[in-house]
Amino acid sequence: MEAKLLMGNEACAEGALAAGIRFFGGYPITPSNEICEIMSRRLPAIGGRFIQMEDEIASMGSIIGASIAGLKSMTATSGPGFSLMQENLGFAAMTEIPCVVVNVMRGGPSTGLPTLPSQGDVQQSRWGTHGDHPIIVLCPSSVREVFDLTVTSVNLAEQFRTPVVLLMDEVIGHLREKVVLPQAESIEIVDRQKPTCPPEWYRPFEDNRSGVPLMASFGDGYRYHITGLTHDEMGFPTTKKEEVSASTHRLHRKIRQGFEKIMLYETFLTEDATTVLVTYGSVTRSAKSAVLELRQEGAKVGLVKMTTLWPFPRIVLENLPEQVRAVFVPELNMGQIYREVVRVNHGKRKVRKITKVDGELISPQEIINAIKRERIDGSKGR
Amino acid sequence: MVQKDVDVYQYLRHEKKFPLMWCAGCGNGIILGSIIRALHGLGLEKDKVAMVSGIGCSGRTSTYVDLNTLHTTHGRALTFATGLKFARPELTTLVVMGDGDSLAIGGNHFIHAARRNIDLTAFVYNNNIYGMTGGQVSPTTPEGRIASTATRGNIENPFDACRLAEAAGANFVARGTTYDTDTLDEIITLAIKKRGFSLVEILTPCPTIYGRYNRLGDAVKMLKAQLEDTVPVEEAGNLPAEELAGKILTGIFVDASKPEYCDQYEGLLERAQKN
Repeated sequence: MEAKLLMGNEACAEGALAAGIRFFGGYPITPSNEICEIMSRRLPAIGGRFIQMEDEIASMGSIIGASIAGLKSMTATSGPGFSLMQENLGFAAMTEIPCVVVNVMRGGPSTGLPTLPSQGDVQQSRWGTHGDHPIIVLCPSSVREVFDLTVTSVNLAEQFRTPVVLLMDEVIGHLREKVVLPQAESIEIVDRQKPTCPPEWYRPFEDNRSGVPLMASFGDGYRYHITGLTHDEMGFPTTKKEEVSASTHRLHRKIRQGFEKIMLYETFLTEDATTVLVTYGSVTRSAKSAVLELRQEGAKVGLVKMTTLWPFPRIVLENLPEQVRAVFVPELNMGQIYREVVRVNHGKRKVRKITKVDGELISPQEIINAIKRERIDGSKGR
Repeated sequence: MVQKDVDVYQYLRHEKKFPLMWCAGCGNGIILGSIIRALHGLGLEKDKVAMVSGIGCSGRTSTYVDLNTLHTTHGRALTFATGLKFARPELTTLVVMGDGDSLAIGGNHFIHAARRNIDLTAFVYNNNIYGMTGGQVSPTTPEGRIASTATRGNIENPFDACRLAEAAGANFVARGTTYDTDTLDEIITLAIKKRGFSLVEILTPCPTIYGRYNRLGDAVKMLKAQLEDTVPVEEAGNLPAEELAGKILTGIFVDASKPEYCDQYEGLLERAQKN
């Protein structure tokens, strides 16, 4: 394949089409607009469906409806729109409807900084909707990775029957890079498992070994009920405590059982490292430069890039070499992943945050300075 | 005349679903009967019909019928139905909502679904109150009426769902009552048959909450009052203004043939694929 100059948002649309997304419901919002615009042009050309809805609540509803009809479905938005989607996102989690929500993060809270980068929606992507729900959240740090992770998002949504959130920093969405996209036939595509039994045997939310029930599309001859109310394995509302508990536990178990497939991360020069940076998204790029520069000075610094943000990949910390004494978490927020790192660290290592919330990126020098500062005064903080 | 002696049981789900959760005297079951008779009369295959509902007393309708049923979030039924219908246009898609559901929290989706003219048949069960949550004032509670959040009388102007849908561009707009099921059966049949966005508003009594708050008598009295409170639209032209004052018009208000959204999209697909 030839190399192309692509923007992150363009790569996202390309990845979606390659993964088999055939329905897009969207609403304009900066800085995600290119995804919606490209899908509006490309989907009709391949027989897919594009619709611009009246708001983000409606976008989210429309993609759930289309997924129930059997189409792989997606929407894209940014902070304020993502907030509006939360109720229906929870509906998708509860009713186990596969769908992908792209959130190109801008500065917040509220209208915030529409055109500037931020990683402020990390905790919202986990807990934005009410109730105990499972969710998968992925975060790319390059244009090529946007393509790959969009495909992965669609695949994980289909495999685990869950909404998947692709969190991009504004700067990744609008970054242009030279990329070589993979050949269509080399891309792994996952489709939801459908029932093949006679309709009268179908139990739409029945547990099985994977914890992921078989999903019939409306119109396929399996008439059944879907509700956001807590439901039994036939899909009907229940308040029986055994059924309520079983339903909630299965929702979590199906994701837990898939941890190995879902937990994506990369390590960089950690083998001999005594100091490690835990990063995600655009910050990974600055952090890698910082690591290389510090290495030149003889410091044993490494990096772990989290690709999956939720479920939180605690394995990233657990698998660090024994000699690692300090962990730094640089991020474009007030420390949203830092608190998770502290949580799973159990006091084992020194954990420090490097935060920035002024609408600018963290530079390699800022990371280097933060690490050096800590070495001089090792006593401060936790 | 739509056939009356329909075996409605073949359209209902029996295991674990009955008795209905609606109060004695509620009109919602009457509407459900009308919808079933219309579906039967049209000879629609159950596998090819979807019912999408919102939240509230009306929202529970979808639990009882043996169709492809989707019970969504409060006010958002039309958005789910839009995605479902657009992704699978061969499904006859019915959308069941209440007055608060469709006109307060879902008001934006209501006008846009009508404007878009996507082939959905929307039912608004109008009981003038939030029944399930205990009787709060709704966007169709008439001025002066009592509700749990308007104990001194409602001071707001109510919405007329039919006029709203008409103004927003709906292709078919009608109002029926649970008193006159013959007409209701006919209206629902026409609405489902109509290609494009159809609205059927149905006046349905809530004797347990609305009736008690406003001392409107029992279920029978409230049902009979529907006859006195309404005037068929075709008779309204012959009546003097004073006789029409305070009356609610019933019947078919709009029966147009505007281009339908999925059909329009088919045209767009052809153009997109030619280039």
